[in-house]
Amino acid sequence: MFIILRGKGISFGRIVVYLLLLAVAFLCLMPFYSMIISSTHTNADIARKLLLLPGKHFMDNYTRLVDTVPIWRGFLNSVFITFTSTALTLYFSALVGYGFSKFNFKGKDILFVCVLSTMMIPGQLGIIGLYKMMDIFHMLNTYFPIILPSISNAFGVFFMKQMVDSSVPAEILESGRIDGCGEVKIFHRLVLPLLTPAIATLGIFSFIGKWNEFLTPMILLFDNNLQPLPVMIASVKSQFATDFGAMYVGIVISVIPILIFFSIVSKKIISGITAGALKG
Amino acid sequence: MKTALDRSRFGFYFVTPFFIIFLIFGLAPILYSLYLSFTSWDGFTDPVFVGFANYKRLLGDTLFFKSILNTMIIWIFSIVPQLILALVLAIILNEKFLRGKNFFRAVYYFPNIVTPVTLGVLFSLMFDWQTGSVNHLLVSLGIIDQPIYWLNSPWLSRIIVATVIMWQYFGFNMLVFIAGLQSIPQELYEAAEVDGANRLQVIFKIMLPLLRPVLLFTMITSIIGGLQLFDAPLMIGDGPENSTMTMVMYLYETAFKNFNYGYSAAIAYAIFIIILIFSIVSLKSQARKKD
Repeated sequence: MFIILRGKGISFGRIVVYLLLLAVAFLCLMPFYSMIISSTHTNADIARKLLLLPGKHFMDNYTRLVDTVPIWRGFLNSVFITFTSTALTLYFSALVGYGFSKFNFKGKDILFVCVLSTMMIPGQLGIIGLYKMMDIFHMLNTYFPIILPSISNAFGVFFMKQMVDSSVPAEILESGRIDGCGEVKIFHRLVLPLLTPAIATLGIFSFIGKWNEFLTPMILLFDNNLQPLPVMIASVKSQFATDFGAMYVGIVISVIPILIFFSIVSKKIISGITAGALKG
Repeated sequence: MKTALDRSRFGFYFVTPFFIIFLIFGLAPILYSLYLSFTSWDGFTDPVFVGFANYKRLLGDTLFFKSILNTMIIWIFSIVPQLILALVLAIILNEKFLRGKNFFRAVYYFPNIVTPVTLGVLFSLMFDWQTGSVNHLLVSLGIIDQPIYWLNSPWLSRIIVATVIMWQYFGFNMLVFIAGLQSIPQELYEAAEVDGANRLQVIFKIMLPLLRPVLLFTMITSIIGGLQLFDAPLMIGDGPENSTMTMVMYLYETAFKNFNYGYSAAIAYAIFIIILIFSIVSLKSQARKKD
């Protein structure tokens, strides 16, 4: 309650406002609390009681889950897919954005409009064709169709082009050229370092997006040992129809890494959205 | 020193990776899907060309129209309370006297980055008839006598799906609105204060009118996203009488559960056209309101 008392005046209106804010915060956190508490109880208790305090059966539920579903394998798969995809998105978005920003080549404007219009295409439009094509190329159950498309991230290109426009001065490029640097070397040595803040912002958002991706990996990866975490959570749901304890442990394992990640980068995320909204 | 023309060549080289990968993993599958939408294909034998048969079937497919309706209903049930809540919270969190702003912002935003699949599973567990924590809570508090069979009622199921979506996105929209409010020039507030305007007048005469472009932008992006709703509702299920089956769920189930890939490709194109129409209509209405 001290936060209210620290205000300049304690009015009835202010208390109502704080109560409203706390109520919404409670509704935001309650499902996660309920999830963690439920994961520590037996199925019988979950089914019968309102559970408010932690129990002692987390390890039992956990053991039943990992006996059937290789959830940590899924976690590592997600880590691998997300890191490689994000690295590709960042490098190529910066390269393509730089190409569009600082060079004049034939058809540049039309090509940039093409990049922007790919953003309007809904993701599932080509999914049936992609499935059939990957079948023909023997790329089902491989990471190529999951990771390689990260190279052509239209939003990333758009974002990076704006960032190059505003934070890479032409004089620096000229001085690099006078020193005899090649164009590729200029990009690596001079442009990329200047883009570090932009890379951090784009990196966080593409990381989250990739970590949560579901439809494409679910369709293209049916080998259990290759699936990322969201696909495994979906199979936990179908395999553990009445084993609530094990299911709760599964979603706890899915949420906790995101919670840790968010507690580290929440400021960057929130300022990134705010900056993006002002441009929109 | 290289010539300028020589140098511009590098710009072209630098942008080519985007287009090569997009052609292979983006455009080619889209065009191939178009071809498949004119075939009958079960995934095991070769596709057979059937002309417009899939599209004709689509026009008489009541389940497809039901999935459009479901998607719209879920979207409206989630967007209206979502925008109101986001707006109210944004106005409150824009107040100077308030402490703990960063805490509230972070808490409200957090659900937005949690995996939608996980949220779908979590909410389906919480709203379970016999075992869900929501019923346990409501019974313990004495609000209801008997547990409610949420997911057995078409409308309650839709409301639950809409709740998940609203719960996941209101924090994001709130941040966008806060950014919009902060871009309103401080002089306007000061002028209003000098003129003796009260809080409500400031909200309705300054904040809301100046926030309109941001509100419209949010509506448009949320239509495009809302029409593609898939992950969380899939985990909650088709619902009684298929009441929570969204368009993309129907696309997915037609292909990967009923092995009717050709028809599913036609559904994908129908969804694309619906999204296109909605985007054009909302962009046009935005352009008109600007005049």
